[in-house]
Amino acid sequence: MISNLLSAADLTGADARQILDSAEQMDAIQARQVKKLPALRGRTVVNLFFEDSTRTRSSFEIAGKWLSADVINVSAKGSSVSKGESLRDTALTVAALGVDALVVRHASSGAVQRIAGWVDCHVINAGDGTHEHPTQALLDAFTLRRRLGDLTGRHVVIVGDLTHSRVARSNVLLLTTLGARVSLVAPPTLMPAGVAGWGCGTSWDLDATLAGKLAGPVDAVMMLRVQRERMSGGYFPTEREYAVGYGLSPRRLDLLPEHAPVLHPGPMNRGLEISSTAADGPRSVVLDQVRAGVAVRMAVLYHVLAGSDQPSTAGLPAVELAGASL
Amino acid sequence: MTGPVLLRAVAPLGGPVTDVLLAGGQIVEIGSGLPTPDGAEVLDAGGAVLLPGLVDLHTHLREPGREDTETIATGSAAAALGGFTAVHAMANTNPVADTAEIVEQVAALGRAAGLVDVRPVGAVSAGLAGSQLAEIGSMARSAAAVRVFSDDGHCVADARLMRRALEYVKPFDAVVAQHAQDPRLADSASCAHEGELSGRLGLPGWPAVAEESVIARDVMLAAHTGSRLHVCHVSTAGSVEVLRWAKQRGIDVTAEVTPHHLLLTCDLLTGYDLVYKVNPPLRPAEDVQALRAGLADGTIDAVATDHAPHAAHDKDHAFSDAAFGMLGLQTALGVLIEAMLRTELLDWAGLADRMSVRPAVIGRLAEHGRPIAVGEPANLTVLDPDADWLVDPAGLASLSANTPYAGRRLPGTVLATFLRGRATVWQGRLREPEAAR
Repeated sequence: MISNLLSAADLTGADARQILDSAEQMDAIQARQVKKLPALRGRTVVNLFFEDSTRTRSSFEIAGKWLSADVINVSAKGSSVSKGESLRDTALTVAALGVDALVVRHASSGAVQRIAGWVDCHVINAGDGTHEHPTQALLDAFTLRRRLGDLTGRHVVIVGDLTHSRVARSNVLLLTTLGARVSLVAPPTLMPAGVAGWGCGTSWDLDATLAGKLAGPVDAVMMLRVQRERMSGGYFPTEREYAVGYGLSPRRLDLLPEHAPVLHPGPMNRGLEISSTAADGPRSVVLDQVRAGVAVRMAVLYHVLAGSDQPSTAGLPAVELAGASL
Repeated sequence: MTGPVLLRAVAPLGGPVTDVLLAGGQIVEIGSGLPTPDGAEVLDAGGAVLLPGLVDLHTHLREPGREDTETIATGSAAAALGGFTAVHAMANTNPVADTAEIVEQVAALGRAAGLVDVRPVGAVSAGLAGSQLAEIGSMARSAAAVRVFSDDGHCVADARLMRRALEYVKPFDAVVAQHAQDPRLADSASCAHEGELSGRLGLPGWPAVAEESVIARDVMLAAHTGSRLHVCHVSTAGSVEVLRWAKQRGIDVTAEVTPHHLLLTCDLLTGYDLVYKVNPPLRPAEDVQALRAGLADGTIDAVATDHAPHAAHDKDHAFSDAAFGMLGLQTALGVLIEAMLRTELLDWAGLADRMSVRPAVIGRLAEHGRPIAVGEPANLTVLDPDADWLVDPAGLASLSANTPYAGRRLPGTVLATFLRGRATVWQGRLREPEAAR
């Protein structure tokens, strides 16, 4: 099993399925009154966040605590350049506290990979710039599996600011690994450079894509957050125009087949990329995604920490898991 | 005055092997079996190649301001060891070289080091701010006699300021060297060639058009003003096309390419290794091929290193936060041998033309880039093209270690370099002048 999780590309199909299966077991534990497992007792996990985060940081924190790890949050906001300390020094300083795993969020692409090259402990990417967010992709896959079963051959449409989305990049990699087909929809200004090489379908036409006219019937749609400051960058003219072209309106919701869920990594801009009808309707799995975040991050922490240090799965008692199985 | 030096068995420009006698700062005799004059030092070169001393139009020597990363003395040492006899020191120091006082200071520090001719480049705009002309006339008329003006590190983005600069330098026979980067198309965060890889890595893209559009504008400005334009570190196939077109039209434009853009490609960014972060960014292989072809056919006039030392702690950041630039002075010749000679795109005479003759003409250096002939100044370098060497960052003369070639073997070992007949490098080792010791 893996010793770091830096990119969704680090995971083979078998790795990903194993993590998702473990996450199902972890999720079952959440239904219990006493949620703690002893699996990571005596281990220290530091959430090293160079950028603000609510849901990712808190779900990693809860995940670590339910596995009995000691979890410490370190906020190091602002670029290391502006603070006068190099990123390397910050990372080595924190790692020197006797940490078993660093969970790192940084505003710059590649920062987590750099840190992993400097420190001796395990490193988990909690989002690096506009590059990757692999645990988000895992929790999205977890949520999709719950709704759709095995993802082989399923068609997932991802819509929005693809250029600046780490969620999109990790999802494309993981969904492809799991055998799904991905279509990407955005205005040309928000399509990443070289997207033709990603092995996905791409379109500027959301209606045709959702109606299944371009790449076949749709099994799920994932709406990405569009940051309002992109307007000043000239990526699109107004919120209204974006919503008309690429928002998931009630009319567009009706283009989807009955079984297709609506995902959004949050936080949502209601009325911009997603209508309240879509966000709150029966197809919406937005809160399932948040809930899945804890189970998936428990599974990731477990596999990265216990899985790689001990060849067997001794850290997490099989009995314990079996007893909690669905 | 230094004593005579006899170069025994050298091959001028890779041609027939002969002996060359240097005395009084000049080449005084060329011929086979020359007798050794009294008191002469003899270099038994064993058929090594003799070239005019290399001339670099583009270095960052970091003094004044960042003497922890390089000084004019250590940069001069790296240059001499790399076969150079003259280097231009860019203006983006702290304080900026935008007054006569600063450029004279840089020139004086270069003379004190005594290893290469250090030619200060003056800023085009005051403080490199891009709004108001710097005191170009004072710098040109100063003891430093500045002939190259550049805001390098920043583009002179404002078309009107660029026009004025091109016009204003005319009385001084000077040239404006443009760092071509439209700041609206590639801002300071842009750090990777915009393409498949930047999209995948999530790094802010630096599109080729941000360079090409500025060059296109500037060659039209040069045509309009009848002035001399030089384009720094050309990095794309499209730029080569624009330059080719401009030269065909008779526009007075010259251009340089860096060694790293002739050898390295953007694929190296895959692991976010900061040693490969450079401005303009490394480009795909097609651009590298076009740059080599452009240098071979003379569309690109010169090789310039863009030697940019940085402290390790200025590179130990996230990719988009860290400093741009890489070392170049000691590795340039080896890279050129690999990229241009071994590929048979240039011969030794061609290499001497692009690394010495033409850059000397662009920088208006009368004593450099001269023919290897009796009566010419003895600014020369001798290298063994067959002896390769392992690049060890700690073993380089620079105070910084940010070379992208660490652990790589490069061809061509500099055996000796002569500045006005005096050895600055002898038997592969630095030989500092008496006064500087």
